[in-house]
Amino acid sequence: MLSETKSRLSGRLPKFGVVVFPGSNCDHDTYYVLKKIFDLDVIFLWHKQSSLENCDVIILPGGFSYGDYLRTGAIARFSPIMNEVINFANKGGFVLGICNGFQILLEAGLLPGVMIRNESLNFVCKDIYLKTENKETVFTKEIDGQNVIKVPIAHGEGNYFADDNTLKILEDNNQIVFRYSKRDGSITNSANPNGSVRNIAGIINRAGNVLGMMPHPERSSDSVLGKTDGSLIFKSLVNNIFN
Amino acid sequence: MFKAKVLIKRRKTILDPQGKAVEIGAKHLGLRNIKNTRIDKYIEFNVHTDNKKAAEDEVNDYCKKLLANPIMEDYEFTLEEV
Repeated sequence: MLSETKSRLSGRLPKFGVVVFPGSNCDHDTYYVLKKIFDLDVIFLWHKQSSLENCDVIILPGGFSYGDYLRTGAIARFSPIMNEVINFANKGGFVLGICNGFQILLEAGLLPGVMIRNESLNFVCKDIYLKTENKETVFTKEIDGQNVIKVPIAHGEGNYFADDNTLKILEDNNQIVFRYSKRDGSITNSANPNGSVRNIAGIINRAGNVLGMMPHPERSSDSVLGKTDGSLIFKSLVNNIFN
Repeated sequence: MFKAKVLIKRRKTILDPQGKAVEIGAKHLGLRNIKNTRIDKYIEFNVHTDNKKAAEDEVNDYCKKLLANPIMEDYEFTLEEV
């Protein structure tokens, strides 16, 4: 995977920063994938620091920042590093929020909408299928030709909600990147694990540089785990952000 | 000093899965007249100033920026001199 990825690059490799909040628990998995599977330059960024240390991509990882107290992501959003992440994103820097990271992006206002408790009230931890609705983003270009990917979810509050006007804007601008689907790509109620409006699993901002997704690509990037579809997202970033 | 008592309510148009689940419990209890159970948040804290206007401004700021998410929640509060 590595040589294939590198061979497609014009030269420069992106430097990744994984933000660590108190309660993050997918930070090491994400670091591992970028370092050991992709052999990239990756560093941890403690939430209290105010420098992004020249990273090209910032990842807000999964977990339970601040114990999910008040609302998921609501307190992490005010960690000192978030001011820098918001400035970075507003200048076009690439930001990927995974699970709790997605919830933080919503609270920070970098993406629209809110997350509420899963309709079932259960914490849902299982592999699901995602239909890739927008393959033209820097996060999804390598998914081309394989619209449906299998990636695990693990969350209690992944029930995405936004008002009709916001949903219309998201649809009109092709900002809904992933929807929960069946294996064949059909979008059905039974394929929706948490009650998310319109089966939304991942959205991107209008400028195309900030993606939030509830499923965990870092948990499906190492072939040892028996699934590698998630790696296509990291591969997309590596191959496309400087092109 | 003031004691602030804040009530944060999820908008009626937004599903409250917890309230719905709790209401199933009410039905199992045989309480047949209970409808529209909603679980909201009640938060208390002290505001260390003697200036009521300053206290109100700070509570509003706290509510708008952190305690409530204006996309889905509304808030109301009272201030009581202590």
